[in-house]
Amino acid sequence: MQTQAQVVPIRTPDATFADDVLSVIERDGSLRSETDPKLPQETVLRFYRAMVRTRIIDGQLERLQRQGRIGFHIGSLGEEACILGSAAAMRPNDWIFPCYREFGALLWRGFPLQTYVDNMYGNADDVVKGRQMPDHYTGKPYRFGSVSSPIGTQITQAVGFGWAARRKGTDEVVSVYFGEGATSSNEFHTGMNFAGVMNAPVVFLCRNNRWAISVPSEKQTGSATFAQKGVAYGVRGVRVDGNDVLATYKVVREAVERAARGEGPTLVEMLTYRLGGHSTSDDPRAYRAQDEVEQWRRTDPILRLRTHLEALGVWDESKEEAYKQEVEAELKACVAAAEAKAKPSLESMFDDVFAELPWHLKEQREQLLGGPRAKDHH
Amino acid sequence: MPEMNLVQAINDALRVEMRADPDVVVLGEDVGKVGGVFRVTQGLYDEFGEDRVIDTPLAEGGIIGTAVGMALYGMRPVPEIQFADFIFPAYDQIVSEVAKYRYRSGGEYTCPMVIRTPVGGGIRGGHYHSQSPESLFIHNAGLTVVCPSNPYDAKGLLISAIRSDDPILFFEPKRVYRAVKMDVPEGDYTLPLGKAKVVKEGNDVTVIAWGAMLFEALASAEEVAAEGVSAEVIDLRTLWPVDIDTIVESVKKTGRVVIVHEAPKTCGFGGELLSLVVEKAFLHLEAPPVRVTGWDTPFPYTLEMEYLPLQHRITPALLETARYVP
Repeated sequence: MQTQAQVVPIRTPDATFADDVLSVIERDGSLRSETDPKLPQETVLRFYRAMVRTRIIDGQLERLQRQGRIGFHIGSLGEEACILGSAAAMRPNDWIFPCYREFGALLWRGFPLQTYVDNMYGNADDVVKGRQMPDHYTGKPYRFGSVSSPIGTQITQAVGFGWAARRKGTDEVVSVYFGEGATSSNEFHTGMNFAGVMNAPVVFLCRNNRWAISVPSEKQTGSATFAQKGVAYGVRGVRVDGNDVLATYKVVREAVERAARGEGPTLVEMLTYRLGGHSTSDDPRAYRAQDEVEQWRRTDPILRLRTHLEALGVWDESKEEAYKQEVEAELKACVAAAEAKAKPSLESMFDDVFAELPWHLKEQREQLLGGPRAKDHH
Repeated sequence: MPEMNLVQAINDALRVEMRADPDVVVLGEDVGKVGGVFRVTQGLYDEFGEDRVIDTPLAEGGIIGTAVGMALYGMRPVPEIQFADFIFPAYDQIVSEVAKYRYRSGGEYTCPMVIRTPVGGGIRGGHYHSQSPESLFIHNAGLTVVCPSNPYDAKGLLISAIRSDDPILFFEPKRVYRAVKMDVPEGDYTLPLGKAKVVKEGNDVTVIAWGAMLFEALASAEEVAAEGVSAEVIDLRTLWPVDIDTIVESVKKTGRVVIVHEAPKTCGFGGELLSLVVEKAFLHLEAPPVRVTGWDTPFPYTLEMEYLPLQHRITPALLETARYVP
């Protein structure tokens, strides 16, 4: 008897170079001419710097969490290419609905690093006023959605949002991120179905990073791929090497342009690998072999792009070092500023529940303000 | 002034708002061509087209999830859930997303929408077409919950709800849909959210009700009047945030209170109302507060009239409470 695991093609780092998976950057750093989006060199360097910046911030935030200075971080180690490549493919008037692992996309959109760090600290300058745990940011001025923790809820929302944008006569497109684990959620199936029926201008960005906390991708689905799930919903499905920023850019850009032309939604399966834990609360050594991680390090998206840039002669170790120092100094200043800021005010706890403060919240606010203070604030 | 039943009044409110504001859209199962299984949206599809009266795929979570997206973009969606009993696939969207968007985004995003859904029993609907899940929504911070009892209130409250910047659950007592007719003004008028109405004044005992049970409470008030008991009847209209001032003022006058609702007793909204009365008017109470509610069982089919807190159960509760001597 065939088990479910056997019908699923084994997904290895090499599988990202498979024929049905679009890639651009070869192992030796050369580009496949037939798929190369032929971006200006400065654009590719911007991608690279953004990916490196994302990784440095990840590392530093993890350190801050270990030191007890922030409560939590959910990072994108190893997934920088699919996050930055897809974010870069969105036009300025398009919208991004995040999952929770895409702070790189938020910063790409111009969200100030200081404001992001303020969110990590939940201080008085945090956009969400300290109401959510770290990495649950909102960035409406940057055409960026709002992070919530329940899995998949943003997917149907992106569909309605895109539908509304089209109804208002715009050609704005919405991209929506989620992990491959979320393809098991109600919201994924409902969102895909509604998108197909409504012909919504949405690009579904599935980061297939192989692990939903401790559950491997072959336990999420009996399908051979995640991209093929689009077919049954009338949604175009494509696979891309998500550790290849140029390939990701190309595939997502094409999906955005199709959606903008009214040609409907696309599901993009971005094959990547979560090199780190699910979050700072997770230790992946408990459930996966270190060998597997080491294999995937060979396709590290940053190293791959760097190989390409070094082959071109536009990047080298001294530039890398100088850039790292620049980002670290920038982040250090933001952290120092964030730590010096006040907490959100006590009374702000009651704001924004309703448009206007109703009687029962006025009453409870008075009780809080007039009552004893908690000890041991974190 | 035309006479309308509840269905017609709600339909009229939707029409008025859809004519006034192109951002108002209706979506749900069967709301389009057929005008809803209760015909509440009848005629809207013909007038406003399939892009504003949207027949959605059959998935409540998708109806509310896409409505969230529309609201975030700046539209005013009015999603219909065909029966409140079927709202639970959308519960995550409603309590985790709709209710929390303004708060969790620090006020950057708002999620104005009116989720219309028929509630209540007495229509031979059995368990899955009869329930009253209001307390499950009242308990979640960020939601306004409305339940009108009559056509005039329904129209004015629905127009206010659609114009509100907050998300609102609009529960429609389906037993009343075609049972009550009254004069309803044409065109645009609003009634304030959060305001209850004393529909019958009295001095001996306060009875608090809403939706279909309001009429049972009124019938009992008439019945006990014949026995010399003067009951004051309050129609809450907005369940949450509740009009606490009207309740407290009445209880301070009568010293006695009976709360009526169809939902099961345990953790029903009556429990919260009773706590508020005790917190705010304890020293005015002259008798133990009483709840007359659905039983703590699933909603039954054949015996539904024994399940519901109808006149036959409200009347003795009023008499006992009004005549209570410590």
